[in-house]
Amino acid sequence: MSNLSAFDILGPIMIGPSSSHTAGAVRIGNLVREIVGTKIKKANIYFHGSFKETYQGHGTDKAIIGGLLGLTTANSKIRNSFALARQAGIEFSFFPIDLSDVHPNTLKLELFAQDEKKTVLIASSVGGGNIIVTELNGIKVKLKGEYYTLITLHHDQPGIIARISEVLQQYNLNIAEMEVLREHKGHLATAIINLDQPASEQVIELLTAIPDIETIKLVNPIA
Amino acid sequence: MYNFKTVAELIELAEKNEVSLAQIVIRREMELAEQTEAQVRAKMISSLEVMRAAIKKGLQEDISSMSGLTGGDARRIEKARLAGKTVVGDLFSRALANTLAVSEVNAAMGKIVAAPTAGSCGILPGSLLTIADHNNCTQTEIVDALFVAAGFGVIIAQQASVSGAAGGCQAECGSASSMAAAAISYLLGGDNKAITSAAAIALKNILGLVCDPVAGLVEVPCIKRNAIGTSNALTSAELALAGVESLIPADEVIVAMKKVGDALPCELKETSLGGLATTPTGCKIKSQLRQNSLKTERNE
Repeated sequence: MSNLSAFDILGPIMIGPSSSHTAGAVRIGNLVREIVGTKIKKANIYFHGSFKETYQGHGTDKAIIGGLLGLTTANSKIRNSFALARQAGIEFSFFPIDLSDVHPNTLKLELFAQDEKKTVLIASSVGGGNIIVTELNGIKVKLKGEYYTLITLHHDQPGIIARISEVLQQYNLNIAEMEVLREHKGHLATAIINLDQPASEQVIELLTAIPDIETIKLVNPIA
Repeated sequence: MYNFKTVAELIELAEKNEVSLAQIVIRREMELAEQTEAQVRAKMISSLEVMRAAIKKGLQEDISSMSGLTGGDARRIEKARLAGKTVVGDLFSRALANTLAVSEVNAAMGKIVAAPTAGSCGILPGSLLTIADHNNCTQTEIVDALFVAAGFGVIIAQQASVSGAAGGCQAECGSASSMAAAAISYLLGGDNKAITSAAAIALKNILGLVCDPVAGLVEVPCIKRNAIGTSNALTSAELALAGVESLIPADEVIVAMKKVGDALPCELKETSLGGLATTPTGCKIKSQLRQNSLKTERNE
């Protein structure tokens, strides 16, 4: 915390009332929008813990919808996000849920894109507007929206990571953090690669061309 | 290098460089952000504009929070002030109205500057800007004072905490009062000793205050505690500018605040499991709000 800015103290400029329950929920929406990458048609949102108890009083519901629409934490339109979502043809519903042993400010999202593709995420707002996506389509992850992040779905084979880092090196992209996760040996696995610089479309094309990589997605950092 | 971890280091840097405390905080920010003085000042001006807009909105519009629990108190104070009904005097009443205005705008999903948090966002604008306008201070002088407030906030956040969940209300409204007391003392020409005494006195006054929001919302008692935070800031600045010194140095008060915060049970740190949140009325409000939310779900 030794590099705390004056504007971390006098800031953020945000729509109230709560940095964790309002601004954090907007940022979860912003990051999830980046992760899904295409237009969202329908959103089922499940509130857990403190979110479940207080979401209306904190406007967490309006905040998450505003975030999914791409509004940032200081945008006054967040108050009217439900109407904006309806205008944009997005269906949304809220439900209570008990996710057991997770952070008290946690929510689960089921999102359906225009192409009917479903994305399921679990995310928490951990204080001061900071957030973390902890589960993406059943895989445990740690996405905070701080980096340019590559998310792969690949066949669990030797050499995949080497081939990915070869491409990244070729384009002078530095890996800040990396994690490889899998459900079962030899099946599908996911690599989360946090980059200091953005990866160009060309890089994504080269990575997609690697055999055994099913999909690869670039998630941009959020404000 | 203009980095500082303690109040003593901040003062030392200012004295060594023969510049104001504001200038040290500005130079630290320029280094951190790799920006010019004009750029970091412009950023603070944007924050100042948001603060002013929130005061205006809170005083002019009919405000109600999302839960319906709060709203309208800033205008009540303002109405009483304009009718000449005030206990302490016009200026103090104006500071309270401005403070409540910002906190009520926050509870109603309006735009505010977290200072240092959303729950304590009324204290700094409510106290500092009221005093600044009364003294016809320039925008540059106010921006300098805001940087002083931020400098003390950076120190408190690093040595202790500015989160209610970590340190109770003393960490939120206490830190905000301390930052505001320092900023007001700076603005009115206090020397470095007066500025640090003001910061220390404000934080000492509020040590141990618990965070116990009713129904978990940033409303009851948070909004009124912002008004108390403003009176704390004004009282502390008044004492310090008159030459009253804090016998316990500001840095030691900050560490004491951290230790008190650690010693507070978790029931009294934003969990709504104690204090006002668990009074019979607090519990009743919570269950009523819950029933309302279930009703809305069924209607949708």
